[in-house]
Amino acid sequence: MRFMSIVSSPASASYGNPTPELLEAMGKLADREIKAGRMVDNGGLMPLDQGARISITKGVLSVLDGPFVEAKEVIGGYAIFELSSMEEAVALAHEFMQIHKDHMPGWEGTCEVRAFAGSAGS
Amino acid sequence: MTAVDTHRAILAVWRIEQPRLITSLARMLRDVPLAEELAQEALLAALEHWPRTGVPERPGAWLMTSARRLAINHLHRAPMLERSHAMLLRELEEAQAVAPDYAADLDDDIGDEMLRLIFTACHPLLPYDSRPALALRMICGLTTAEIARAFLVSDATVAQRIVRAKRTLSDSGLAYETPRGDELAERLSSVLEVIYLIFNEGYTAARGDDWLRPDLCSEALRLCRVVIAIAPHQPEAHGLLALMELNASRTAARTDATGEPILLLDQNRKLWDRIQIQRGMRSLARAEELGGASGFYTLQAAIVACHARAARAAETDWLGIALLYAELSAVTRSPIVELNRAIAVGMAEGPASGLAILDRIADAPELKGYHLLPSVRGDLLRRLGRHEEARAAFEAAAALAGNRRERDLLRRRAQEQG
Repeated sequence: MRFMSIVSSPASASYGNPTPELLEAMGKLADREIKAGRMVDNGGLMPLDQGARISITKGVLSVLDGPFVEAKEVIGGYAIFELSSMEEAVALAHEFMQIHKDHMPGWEGTCEVRAFAGSAGS
Repeated sequence: MTAVDTHRAILAVWRIEQPRLITSLARMLRDVPLAEELAQEALLAALEHWPRTGVPERPGAWLMTSARRLAINHLHRAPMLERSHAMLLRELEEAQAVAPDYAADLDDDIGDEMLRLIFTACHPLLPYDSRPALALRMICGLTTAEIARAFLVSDATVAQRIVRAKRTLSDSGLAYETPRGDELAERLSSVLEVIYLIFNEGYTAARGDDWLRPDLCSEALRLCRVVIAIAPHQPEAHGLLALMELNASRTAARTDATGEPILLLDQNRKLWDRIQIQRGMRSLARAEELGGASGFYTLQAAIVACHARAARAAETDWLGIALLYAELSAVTRSPIVELNRAIAVGMAEGPASGLAILDRIADAPELKGYHLLPSVRGDLLRRLGRHEEARAAFEAAAALAGNRRERDLLRRRAQEQG
């Protein structure tokens, strides 16, 4: 089964860049997961204020460049895994968030785990 | 969380942590079978404790501490035959005395250890049947029951295969090491063979009612990615990964809603997994860049890639496929490859040319009792309008097929010949 883990944090908080310790720990975890053949893709995203939003509201299509004052939470990065169960995806996300707790005190956020629709396996 | 949920959560953590436990214990104890047993015991301990205490914050560190304690207990019980034994015990006790350092655990690059473990599990001196079972158990963390279900054999059979393999490992003192030089190529080919065997067991399901057992396929893909991540310069490993990714990309299209198989040319190609195809194409390109274009797996991957590139069945480059099969045939000298070449030539040049190839291999002992020989013959005869002979061929094929769904499909084709 294919999963995507998406990590986000509240837009209101400005945590700044991840600490070097967190970056290092995340790098090691990603390296381990790639070597274990489970992680097939991952990446961090540039800040939302450098992004753009293309939306449809009340039948009107619009293109908006950042920054976005109304944003509630900001996606910081994602990872794609090939795993045999949701439980494995949850265990990995748990480990990923534990690293944040350990190496970036005060940080708050969410790691959302989602299965790809129609991905093989059960 | 219900008890079942907790159990599943523990097994998930186990699967993630288990290779690191085994490699770490094997390095300390220099005894893979013992390391595997102690890791299993650590799992049992987790299954006993965690339902009451909850899964700990750092489950990997918990399991490692528990496994080391079990190792120490084991060494205390075992007779002190050698001085090195006592030294080992002291090392373990010292490691245990300091608080487990989670960051250090992550620091522990297990790549080389992991490779060593894979080479050990797939050792050519181990019984053939035991290798996939041992690899799935030691590297993928599958339980005996899961392996038994996947291979459609009893738990006892799998347990026996694993015991036999571990006994061979202990008795023969097979070196727990990564082979070098000439030996590396030979040993790697045994590793790739085991991986491909696991994949095919899941993909073709030669026996039983399930056409697909996707778990085995994903475990094989994962094992191959592990090999590539730690030994990235072996073209055939990339070739095998490409072959498996490209084949697995068709999973959703291979069966209909009731589980009946759909043949390649009749599949809805929109259901093919584009992301997986892209990954397969990248691996194929990598294998070719590394100079492996004429390798056994890479050639097969190149053939499957011809199918993956065709947006519609009618656009298939059959001439290209026929040429690749000719090349593969020169490498393998296998009548099964010739059988496949007959299909491709039959499509590229016409059924009569395909039939001519089949006639040359009709008596090959390797194909005796192989249902695809009469099945392919039936198809070529059908296209030549020789319906009576085609029906007889499809009936012969149905009688030989071991998979019920495949048998039904062949019977239907026989009936269609009127």
